[in-house]
Amino acid sequence: MSAQTLERTPLDRPEPRSSGRSVPRVRFGRWGLRGVALLYLGLMVALPLAAIVSKGFGGGVASLRDAFSQPGARQALALTIEMAALVALINAVFGTVIAYVLTRYRFVGRRLVSTLVDVPFAIPTLVTGVMLVALYGPNSAVGGFLVRHGVHIIFAKLGILVALLFVTLPLVVRTVQPVLLEMDRAEEEAARVLGAGRLATLRKVLLPHLRSGIVAGGLLAFARALGEFGAVVIVSGNILNKTLTAPVLIAQLITGFKPEAAAAIGAILFGLSFGLVLIVERLVGHRERESHA
Amino acid sequence: MSASHVSAPAPSEAVRSPRLSETASRRLVHGGLTATALLYVGLLVVAPLIGIAVAAAKPGWSTWSATFADPDARHAYLVTGVITLETIVVTAVLGVVVALVLARDRFAGRSLVSAVVNLPLAVSPVIVGLAAVLLFGRGGWFEPWFTAHGIQVIFALPSMVLVTVFICIPFVIREVAPLLEELGTEEEEAARTLGASPFQTFLRVTLPNIRWGLLYGVALSTARALGEVGAVLIVSGTIAGHTETATLYVLRAFDESKDASGYVVAVTLALVSILLLAGIEIFKRKEEKVLST
Repeated sequence: MSAQTLERTPLDRPEPRSSGRSVPRVRFGRWGLRGVALLYLGLMVALPLAAIVSKGFGGGVASLRDAFSQPGARQALALTIEMAALVALINAVFGTVIAYVLTRYRFVGRRLVSTLVDVPFAIPTLVTGVMLVALYGPNSAVGGFLVRHGVHIIFAKLGILVALLFVTLPLVVRTVQPVLLEMDRAEEEAARVLGAGRLATLRKVLLPHLRSGIVAGGLLAFARALGEFGAVVIVSGNILNKTLTAPVLIAQLITGFKPEAAAAIGAILFGLSFGLVLIVERLVGHRERESHA
Repeated sequence: MSASHVSAPAPSEAVRSPRLSETASRRLVHGGLTATALLYVGLLVVAPLIGIAVAAAKPGWSTWSATFADPDARHAYLVTGVITLETIVVTAVLGVVVALVLARDRFAGRSLVSAVVNLPLAVSPVIVGLAAVLLFGRGGWFEPWFTAHGIQVIFALPSMVLVTVFICIPFVIREVAPLLEELGTEEEEAARTLGASPFQTFLRVTLPNIRWGLLYGVALSTARALGEVGAVLIVSGTIAGHTETATLYVLRAFDESKDASGYVVAVTLALVSILLLAGIEIFKRKEEKVLST
């Protein structure tokens, strides 16, 4: 009896803000959920980013000038953007090839390759750096061989490039793959049957379909590479004006108790990757809306 | 006469030669693309995995047991475990709430909320750490309040958990929200009509339906939380045996040229993340099965 009452009370007790039975309660629950969700995202995401923007851009042009006058800041930003652009380009090409092979061809070990593509998502970024030092460091067989032949990877730009290529590999593959899966193969085949050559089919049928996916994946890779810290910090050696990237410089400035300078550079970096992600949302969102229509 | 002699073989050649080159070129393209994909994944992903396995095995068992006996290393694992666990609980529970709001609730600014959810993916971990310093560090917005109440946030566990939560926010939401949208509300409405309370409906109907997507998101968060280094480095102050996580231990080991124990801890982290990846693949397949039925 008492258990029953306990169970029923919340259902049957008329709440002060409600006149009917179930609809207002749902509304109350909805407002509760909405409130919790907005509070969570507001406090955890919006507030910290507001702090970055207000500290970084708060001083206006002066704070930007401050950012660039930090020793090594200009070089660090230039290096970071250069590396990110290269990484986005290389992975856009190879990522698209891998996505194509994985969706269109059947071969032994296809599943294994597909899993391997996801490995960079799972492996901690710092461990990525450690792996590259283990493979290409001067103490390893491969690294020793390469150094004897004049190829320097560790503590050099090439190492940063390889680390970023590893980290961003899944981004392009996993952005292009769904587009390929959705695409009607008949179109490709029709073009071939009608006498279009392989290159013409690629240029006139395949690439126009994949373009927004490839661009979106490339931009995601670019944004990710701009901010990467863990994979780079061990590999690059962080030599001022040479292999010091912007995220590592920011970390050094903060641990050196210069949060204002760090905020100025950080705001530039954040603005850049934020803008990129907005473009990506637009590209991918556009495609999704199209496919739903 | 002579003209017909010359022109007679031409058409047959014109028919035959493209067909021959068709099979040949198909094989060439097929093989070439597959080889490119395999080579790229092999060089970029597989080679470093082998590299770290060799590097960690080389110093022998004594290094392994010495590393595991090191109190700093043990404490580092513990700190990583605590942070990961707290992050999982927060991002899973509140992530489901946000996903419910995004999938079921219609209100002005909903698309803004969904953009905010994706923001952490675009922000460099270093900038996340910087934001925490700007909010809770010396001269930060909230520093006076927390100091007055005697709560140490920066250089302590709370800020380390906060930055890790920030970074892991998108994973559960991005998996669960589309799943909820795809599943629709029919089953939930049926349960409600049959007299189940909103909470019962959630526990008995909604949660079982989204469980694989939720687990998938949790596995992704876990991998990310285990491996986070940039943000945690900045807010923790890396006090060995106190605020040092497993990744920070690896970083310090390489700074102090104790590479061997760095490799050991890095390999254990890599192993855990590869196990998580296996889980991720399984959950993904189960989720796809739920959606296809």
